[in-house]
Amino acid sequence: MKKTVLNDAHRKAGAKMVDFGGWDMPINYGSQIEEHHAVRQHVGMFDVSHMTVIDIQGPEATEFLYHLLANDITKLNINQALYSTMLNHEGGVIDDLITYKISDTSYRVVVNAGTREKDLAWFEKEIAEFDAFMIEQDDTAIIAVQGPKAIETLQPLIDLDLSELKRFYATHNEIMFVGRTGYTGEDGVELIVPSEAAAALWQKLIEAGVKPCGLGARDTLRLEAGMHLYGQDMDENITPLECGLGWTLRKENQEFNGAEALQALREAGINKKLIGLVLEGRGVLRHDQTLIDDEGHQGIITSGGYSPSTEKAIAMAVVDKGMNADSVQVQIRNKKLPCRIVKLPFVRNGKSMIED
Amino acid sequence: MSYVPDNLKYTASHEWLEDLGEGVYRVGITEFAQAQLGDIVFVELPEMDESYAQEDECGVVESVKTASDIYAPLVGTITAINDALEDTPELINDSPFDDGWIFEMKIDDDADLGSLLSAEDYRNSIADEE
Repeated sequence: MKKTVLNDAHRKAGAKMVDFGGWDMPINYGSQIEEHHAVRQHVGMFDVSHMTVIDIQGPEATEFLYHLLANDITKLNINQALYSTMLNHEGGVIDDLITYKISDTSYRVVVNAGTREKDLAWFEKEIAEFDAFMIEQDDTAIIAVQGPKAIETLQPLIDLDLSELKRFYATHNEIMFVGRTGYTGEDGVELIVPSEAAAALWQKLIEAGVKPCGLGARDTLRLEAGMHLYGQDMDENITPLECGLGWTLRKENQEFNGAEALQALREAGINKKLIGLVLEGRGVLRHDQTLIDDEGHQGIITSGGYSPSTEKAIAMAVVDKGMNADSVQVQIRNKKLPCRIVKLPFVRNGKSMIED
Repeated sequence: MSYVPDNLKYTASHEWLEDLGEGVYRVGITEFAQAQLGDIVFVELPEMDESYAQEDECGVVESVKTASDIYAPLVGTITAINDALEDTPELINDSPFDDGWIFEMKIDDDADLGSLLSAEDYRNSIADEE
């Protein structure tokens, strides 16, 4: 099994380790719920070094990414970040990723761990037509420091000035790359550092009061924030238009991979949508539970779980477009239980957004 | 090593049983089981006065990670349920052998007790997983 450079630190801290797509990763260090609350109320950190960092450089780096990605790379300022999907020719989602613009000819892309091989293969195939090249940065570690106290806790420990760093922007020096991004719905940063510097930085963060958090808390935090998880909330068999990612598609100049398929779908009619759900009674919503309303509309929960911040069972689900909000029910074991459709996110900046 | 009290009986599916006398047994899940599940957030209790066959599903314990069925360890009828778990399911994490008990049942046949594990047998059965 693959290990990140922080593997020893996790084991020494008493982490419960699991096989996460071939990586030996911490699921929690004791209580997942305590870790979740640390990020919502204070500051926590995650080792996400299993994710893949790819630098794209060359005179046509921008043209390449404009072709590859369904969002608009050309609207980025220097050091700005962009969330986008990468689509196949049928409009299905190959992956979702963050791209940072370093300069007009240089970009940094961070893709999911579980999709690494197919992403690299797709990049390689698509980049051939452009005067650009890619470099996988495989000797780096990524630490996400997240929570309302993230910036003030981190600032004294590093040389970069974070006071002017806006959300969804990055700053960097020779050894550290800091993006004010994350996957929790809280303020925070993602730090990309050389592997050899990671363990010392992790230790300094612990000493500064940052709580190590496992991938379990990362999942409940991102679900509360209404953020998609690749492989659950979308994959190659669904388009962004059907799973709540239409907002990431650029409106102008539709010459990206998958654009034609999306246009055909728009003309034929989009029959599915992504919704937020709250269980009215007691229980827990889970991935793959089915939904039905009194008119026969159906749906399936793509991500579900217990929300520590709202103390409710919440879920994201892909449903038939006409799903009746007043009669939607979830099948849990042998029971049908009423649910409520709510706007995403469930939690923003530490506060529940679910209306009573 | 998980704590496995000597005075209880166990099942391979990680339930414990405490003999309350007169054929009534109190049932919960072990410390090992709660640690495996992680933070427990919901418990579906069996119905009072309901009868179950051995190994019938009679409830569910759900953690942040997963849902896990609870099985009736013996043939019998439910005589008490731990209502406190409805609002405070984390009692199972905090006190699996005491405040986190789940239900009590009156068993139909003492002969069924032979199928249960001793503390030592149960310790051996989980030794490989720890």
